[in-house]
Amino acid sequence: MEFFKYTRTFNFMGSSKIAMVLSVVMVLASLALLLTKGLNYGVDFAGGTIVQVKYVGDAPIDTMRAKLKTTSLFHDATITEFGSPDEVIIRLKTSSKSVSNDIGDQAREVLQGTGDFEIRRVDMVGPKVGNELKEKGIMSMVLAIAGILIYVAFRFEWRFAVASVIALVHDVTIALGMISLFSIDVNLDVLAALLTILGYSLNDTIIVFDRIREGITDSKSTVLGEVINESVTKTLSRTTLTSLTTFFVVLTLFMFGGEIIHAFAFTMLVGVVVGTYSSIFVASPVLMLFGFDIKRYRKRLAEKAKLAAEKEKMRAQYEQGTV
Amino acid sequence: MPLTESTGMKLNFRVVIFALAIIFGVVFSVPSLLQMKEGAKVNLGLDLQGGLHMLLGVKTEEAVNSKIKSIASSIKHFSEKNDILFEEIGIDDDTVSITLLDEDDIPHIQEFFNEIEGIAIQQNGLKFSIALTPENVILTQKQAIDQAIEVIRNRLDQFGLAEPTVARQGAEKILVQLPGIKSQDDEKRARELISRAAKLDLMAVDEERAARVDKMSDAEAAKYGDLILPDNAHPGIKYLVNEIPILDGSMLTNAQVGFDQNNRPVINFTLNSEGAQIFGDFTGKSVGKRLAIVLDGKVYSAPNINERIGGGSGQISGNYSVAEAQDLAIALRSGAILAPIYVMEKRSVGPSLGADSIEASMMALIGGFVLVIVFMIVYYRRAGIIANIALIANLFIILAVMALFGATLTLPGMAGIVLTVGMAVDANVIISERIRELLYQGVSIHKAIEQGYDNAMRAILDANITTLIAAVVLYAYGTGAIKGFAITISIGILASMLTAILGTHGIYQMLESRIAKDKDVKRWFGIKEAT
Repeated sequence: MEFFKYTRTFNFMGSSKIAMVLSVVMVLASLALLLTKGLNYGVDFAGGTIVQVKYVGDAPIDTMRAKLKTTSLFHDATITEFGSPDEVIIRLKTSSKSVSNDIGDQAREVLQGTGDFEIRRVDMVGPKVGNELKEKGIMSMVLAIAGILIYVAFRFEWRFAVASVIALVHDVTIALGMISLFSIDVNLDVLAALLTILGYSLNDTIIVFDRIREGITDSKSTVLGEVINESVTKTLSRTTLTSLTTFFVVLTLFMFGGEIIHAFAFTMLVGVVVGTYSSIFVASPVLMLFGFDIKRYRKRLAEKAKLAAEKEKMRAQYEQGTV
Repeated sequence: MPLTESTGMKLNFRVVIFALAIIFGVVFSVPSLLQMKEGAKVNLGLDLQGGLHMLLGVKTEEAVNSKIKSIASSIKHFSEKNDILFEEIGIDDDTVSITLLDEDDIPHIQEFFNEIEGIAIQQNGLKFSIALTPENVILTQKQAIDQAIEVIRNRLDQFGLAEPTVARQGAEKILVQLPGIKSQDDEKRARELISRAAKLDLMAVDEERAARVDKMSDAEAAKYGDLILPDNAHPGIKYLVNEIPILDGSMLTNAQVGFDQNNRPVINFTLNSEGAQIFGDFTGKSVGKRLAIVLDGKVYSAPNINERIGGGSGQISGNYSVAEAQDLAIALRSGAILAPIYVMEKRSVGPSLGADSIEASMMALIGGFVLVIVFMIVYYRRAGIIANIALIANLFIILAVMALFGATLTLPGMAGIVLTVGMAVDANVIISERIRELLYQGVSIHKAIEQGYDNAMRAILDANITTLIAAVVLYAYGTGAIKGFAITISIGILASMLTAILGTHGIYQMLESRIAKDKDVKRWFGIKEAT
């Protein structure tokens, strides 16, 4: 099958202005969301407790709420359905330090008589650990981006590195915006998803950049825009294919992976879409913006090759003892 | 070789390595897949099999305080034994102060001080102030954590759970992981066992003032060097005891569950020779007074001393069930936790939720996998089949490597594998696209394959390395389940280099002459005849 075979070169860079506007709007909207609505930090980062309770039959949320309200500990707890009507999550901002008698034990006591239930999960994170996890999370994000920046600069050129990092920041910002928009609980798994998006989006960008790198030395054209168009078109079938397979895989994860993996899968889903888009419509135009001069680059390459050849010649002469 | 000649297939080093990798993958993943008893297996994370994960903190300042108390006890015991008269002895702000009555005793007591290591002594006339040196404070804090880890490990080992983990995390945190806890009751029991300080003190009741205990405030009691402690069974009943214990649980050699005359469970304990000596001396001169048996700040009993008790054994009676008595005996045997511990992070997953998670992620894995496999075959025909062989091999290798390293498979780890499936085919998509491109240009099969791999290699390598960078950072900064995700992604990427790049290349090289003879590029690469 050659469903995604593209024979003519698309003029991607020609429509890059529209894309640029779209990207800027998306990023600004995301930032606005993050500043106004903010992120919904889950227990991992904010500290607190969640108790997951599963009932035989539908969970009596109203009765539960009424019962919890009467206690001082659960007074401001929120109860939400989790995945199915028989399962609920109780969220608390507080955590307890006691090893022997924790919030899960107390929840069980308070809920006694509301039906046949089982406490399936208790996650409790103290404020100190929460802050630590937050710091570590931000640190890991920064370190990953820095590591990637250095690697790409080393393998390509600094303009490529900066362009790919701008694309990454673009992706992560939009993903965070969507997380904020849909009020997804930000826990460690969402952080993992964001870091995976970094890797994935970069994957895509690098495949395109690799072609551009190839085009810069080999293409008939010396106009950067044309070279980029050629390269993006050449990798388009691969980009579509891989994005589709990954998208479907993540979609199955999202649909069948269960409630616990939901936030992760959602973030990944957004990431796959945005990551694919950004490697074509963000990373490459930014590269254009930096004004990479192909002619000069080729000249430098030629000089380098000449220099290397001369050196080689000198060495050969030296070895033969003619100098 | 006749076989290869007749089929037109040539063995090459790539395909041999690939075959070895598959054999390795299958052999070492079988124990995990079939849940065999023997052999290295992949561990299921707590989120998949259910269990308890706790990060505990240690209040090390209390360890320092308790050390000072025990120094005070020994000074007191020494003074009384050697008839050194003192006006008062007390503890204030981690400092013991003792004021002697007779100057002649100074050299004697100084000699005794010199035997105690790690203390700083200030003398002011007849008054001595004794505190721990700063180095000793740090050492004590460190020891408190070490000791807590040791004690918790001992207790859990005796509790009878499979493979508990107790490890230091960072400088002063303790990680406790208990896989396979069946019910919330079991979990609570385990937590109670861990948290129990099990600090046993034998204390003298201050008979002189005991009658006034109900009217006395803590501050007033402190003035006399006393403490007010509640009764264990009836918190309303209070005891006034001397704040410096006669001896503590560190001198305990054994604790066993026994039964008293009413057939109620009690705990019989035995003291070591030093403890027995102190115990004998004390009971000898305190006949007619009461001895409080104090556990974790509560008085369990306060029997009258009728005669000198030699032999160094005693009994703790309380209103507990046999199970509680057993846990208490375990706690006493494994020693006290000198510094109280508290929870910094706790995650517990019931076994049924773990099973649900496994089911859901398996669904996703199989669903995603089938989708990708079918898609590849439809799109690339035989090239797709070759890519799929690599994909399946990849899964086995991930499992095998994880089993060999004893790595833990977590729910995010499962997601990592699902993701690897998506990303591993990427390499083959890139390669196949490159080969197709070259075939469109009308080059020979041989050249298309070799050059296709050549062209694709750089991009695949760069892409994989950058993903690996993100994964390594995740591993370094992630905790628990997230580490599992980083592990599967990393192994998956490395394995895909072996299977998707080297492996498929080998297969193509082996089949090359057949493909060339066949000339049917549609069947092999899913494209129309080259023009």
